[in-house]
Amino acid sequence: MPVSPPDKTISFVIKPVLFLLCLLPLGVLVWAVFNDMLGANPAERLTRETGEWTLRFLLITLAVTPVRKLLRSPWLIKLRRMLGLYVFFYASIHMLTYIWFDQFFDVDEIIRDVIKRPFITVGFLAFILLIPLVLTSTNKMIRRLKKNWVKLHKLIYVIAVLAILHFFWLVKADYQELIVYGLILLLLLFYRLYQQRKKGVY
Amino acid sequence: MSIIIKTSSDIKASEITPKSVYMDRRRFMKQAFASSLLLATDAMLPAWAKRWPDLEASQFNASDKLTPFENVTSYNNFYELGTGKKDPASNASMFNPEPWSIAVEGECNKPGVFNLEDFIKPYALQEYIYRLRCVEGWSMVIPWVGFSLADMLKQFEPNSNAKYVEFTTLLDKSRLPGQARRVLNWPYVEGLRIDEAMNPLPIMAVGLYGDILPSQNGAPIRLVVPWKYGFKSIKSIVKIRFTETQPKATWNERAPEEYGFYSNVNPEVDHPRWSQKTERRIGEPFWKPKHKTQMFNGYGEQVAHLYAGMDLVKYF
Repeated sequence: MPVSPPDKTISFVIKPVLFLLCLLPLGVLVWAVFNDMLGANPAERLTRETGEWTLRFLLITLAVTPVRKLLRSPWLIKLRRMLGLYVFFYASIHMLTYIWFDQFFDVDEIIRDVIKRPFITVGFLAFILLIPLVLTSTNKMIRRLKKNWVKLHKLIYVIAVLAILHFFWLVKADYQELIVYGLILLLLLFYRLYQQRKKGVY
Repeated sequence: MSIIIKTSSDIKASEITPKSVYMDRRRFMKQAFASSLLLATDAMLPAWAKRWPDLEASQFNASDKLTPFENVTSYNNFYELGTGKKDPASNASMFNPEPWSIAVEGECNKPGVFNLEDFIKPYALQEYIYRLRCVEGWSMVIPWVGFSLADMLKQFEPNSNAKYVEFTTLLDKSRLPGQARRVLNWPYVEGLRIDEAMNPLPIMAVGLYGDILPSQNGAPIRLVVPWKYGFKSIKSIVKIRFTETQPKATWNERAPEEYGFYSNVNPEVDHPRWSQKTERRIGEPFWKPKHKTQMFNGYGEQVAHLYAGMDLVKYF
């Protein structure tokens, strides 16, 4: 049986290291901005990269449960909140790049875009749905909401599907990358269905 | 130790290379390259040598600031060399545009198959500085080297059935590896109505920035139609056909509700998925506001009459 690292190691080594690791993509992007390494269209690159990192962190967060079961390492659950908050962190930067470098804070135009463009509508919706999850991510809220917390946080599956849809409606012709992300999400969702079935919930 | 700095009066006249001699040298270089026109690769040219260093400017040249060469040649939509923006530049070495021939077919009196050199020989090349507006919402200002499409088409004497002109890109997945994946329905096809094609604005481009076209920009010969979205300006052309019916243009066939046959730049008609009101000018700092997109990309004076009485929302 794999053993769980001591609580102290988790709190003072693993979590800080993971925290910094999750900041790395942003660090690389910022570094690239200041060294003019984002190519001919830096605004598009920034929006694209932060969007993809949001999706990646979302999939990583959803992978925590299956991975901890497969590796028989229940302690991994202690890392999930941080990963989930990083989804929101990258989603916020993704939003900001759109509001700033695409729309230049033109509120009317942004509202029109959100209403009129399905891919922006679903992206915006996914972002909004993340907010209650962030607000209820504290230990106190988990205790207070009890079973409702679990129900509420099932929203993440809706968000994940919206995120994929957001990506899908953006693609012009080449779906290869999208298909990879989509398949990973399907796998993660099927795992959960399978688990439910085993428990006889169905 | 003293450093001797010669002033102009110190330099003997005999030391100065006479202008005629160095001009001759340039001329020699040019002729040498011209004789191997488009058969030579970039590697054979000294770094400083541009193939067409001083061309006459076209009458329609835009006064906008040029997009840097580096950007023009590293940010491309040329799915035949990969779907990422940087892919065409990365994969450029896989595409050798030599030898090259062009077939002219269809409703005309003088069809034929020509090698590239013969094909472009009749025309005086000029520099055309045109704005290029991509349907994705970005734009560039590019100094093309080329010649009038209309002048070229007239050589083949289109007949009265020629209502459209159709262009086709090379189909060869060994040279254009992107064609191994069916991202689009290869080969890429584009078309113009004959009166659009006969307008003085569209050109056949064989170069940019005074030099031959890099592979990623559609070597060795491409179309440039400055008042239409960039995808109409088909690259690496091997076939030109005069037709009576509207050509089946690739993007139009792929998603007719998103990419019209006309695809004139029009800030009033949005792409179903994004706005076309503004555009990001590549090469400008990304924190600077975008440009307002102009009707017909600012070429209305030359082309608006082509669409008189047409509903441009319907015929987008």
